[in-house]
Amino acid sequence: MREEFFPPFDYGSVFVNPWLSDFESTFQVVLMGFFVCLACGVIGNFVVARRLALVGDAISHSLLPGIAIAFVFTSSRSLPAMLIGAAVAGVLTTVLIELIHRKSRVKPDAAIGIVFTTLFAIGVVIISIWLDNVHLDADCVLYGEIGLVPLRESFILGVASLGPSPIATMGAVALLDIVLVIVFYRVLLVTSFDVGLARSLGMPVNAAHYGLMIALALTIVAAFEAVGVVLVVAMLIFPAVTVGFFFERLPVLLIGVPPLSLAYSFGGFHLAKWLDCSIAGAMVVIAGALFVVAWLLGPKGGLFWQWSLSSSFQGDRKSITEVGS
Amino acid sequence: MVDIPPPLEIHDLTVSYDRKPVLYGVDIVVETGSLVGVVGPNGAGKSTLIKTIMGIVRPNGGWVKIFGQPYRKAVTRVGYVPQRESVDWDFPVSVMDVVLMGRYGHAGLMRRVSKRDRLIASECLEKVNMQPFAARQIGNLSGGQQQRVFLARALAQESDLYLMDEPFAGVDAATETAIVELLRDLKERGKTLIVVHHDLSSAREYFDKLLLLNMRLVAYGEMEETFTPDLLQKTYGGRLTILSDVAGQAAGRSEFEQEGDPKL
Repeated sequence: MREEFFPPFDYGSVFVNPWLSDFESTFQVVLMGFFVCLACGVIGNFVVARRLALVGDAISHSLLPGIAIAFVFTSSRSLPAMLIGAAVAGVLTTVLIELIHRKSRVKPDAAIGIVFTTLFAIGVVIISIWLDNVHLDADCVLYGEIGLVPLRESFILGVASLGPSPIATMGAVALLDIVLVIVFYRVLLVTSFDVGLARSLGMPVNAAHYGLMIALALTIVAAFEAVGVVLVVAMLIFPAVTVGFFFERLPVLLIGVPPLSLAYSFGGFHLAKWLDCSIAGAMVVIAGALFVVAWLLGPKGGLFWQWSLSSSFQGDRKSITEVGS
Repeated sequence: MVDIPPPLEIHDLTVSYDRKPVLYGVDIVVETGSLVGVVGPNGAGKSTLIKTIMGIVRPNGGWVKIFGQPYRKAVTRVGYVPQRESVDWDFPVSVMDVVLMGRYGHAGLMRRVSKRDRLIASECLEKVNMQPFAARQIGNLSGGQQQRVFLARALAQESDLYLMDEPFAGVDAATETAIVELLRDLKERGKTLIVVHHDLSSAREYFDKLLLLNMRLVAYGEMEETFTPDLLQKTYGGRLTILSDVAGQAAGRSEFEQEGDPKL
């Protein structure tokens, strides 16, 4: 237990030293944070617009058995196996939620609760039976450790090293998400907004839904090592809802993701340097703080604007009654 | 004369949800330029009929042809107005974005929205008096305005057959008048319109033909032939007594016609 919650703030040691003394690992941690936020924010916009934020939460937990089983089969942290395991678990989660919702009297929110806790528990059981002595500890799964990312083995493509493999993977997944969203933008937009119209236009509604869920699962599994399955949910939801206080159109909401991702990753890293705490945790604290600022000051439904609007509205009504009398 | 296939042909259509039958053996041929009101009690399968025509719901038996082709091949010739409540009006899109969705069927899935598409969407908004709202987020609109946006989107589809699910539900009087004018205008231009309607008392003045539905097709034809106490009773069963003024309206008209007949 340390004595003070807020250590004395020293500009040099918080902002300058990490970049001067160990540029490479500082850069890699911030870059990883940026990729995580970017990928999650892009996919998260569609997840939030479809009102599937809870499903995102569910998938993030249900990935555990997928990852654990992949681990058992390959007995290593083999990347392809983990990605396949995650994709299978992600699809299984959405299929099970819909199946329970449709074929029983259980309500959708309860169905989500049933599915993800059960799958998560299966993951915990598998880990405790077979993987007790392997390095896949629960803390890392839950909170992630982005600070250790620079220590991971490098990803080698041909002769070139692309840096630590989690960063290379996360970057690739972020790029994939962005490309998919650009290429399938119309299908995603129409199937998210109006399923009836989408079907009447002959759009593949179910394929779009499961495609989005697979992309979500891949994004989460690539990110979970850095930020854990709990905090990754914050990265899915925060960018969409924060920008939503300023803009109300999907393309603009998406453009808001990169700058926010920069703010989360830089802000989180330096906050963690100052407080000497978990970097992933600090990133989410920054995200939460920026959300509160947006909620207060945002012109679209922000509290400050609502107050000024309602007071000017009262003024209008007063003037109308004056005219009337 | 060349045999032009009808805009809509339905043969022996049967639909059920979870083994519960909703529509049985429906047979209809709708002619070009018809303005058809689909009426029937709640649960009569009106929306299901529309959704089955569009291929949203799969039938258990029978078939639907649009201009002599299966629906998949006639996608761009059909415009659709879903029920207003079927979408999330807090969704982050502007009025213009929604109307542009009507152009996606023409543009294909990958091609970008062209200048011409924007122009057409803008004209369609003009037709429903919603042009000033083009840049607005859809959540800030009234019910009537939301319905006008949906109509503008259907217009932007530039189709020959329009299917509308309760476009009059929950709209203000001004919007109701605007929709009626729009339907008339589309009909004048040779379009075929099939409109699900919940209010029997206004159905007579809004449409030229009625499709009376109660799981089975009760009747389909010109207003004079179908808006009769007999057929309405058959469609609504005992429930028509609640709508006694409508029954009176139908009965009064037929009495009037009988009185008028000898003079002719």
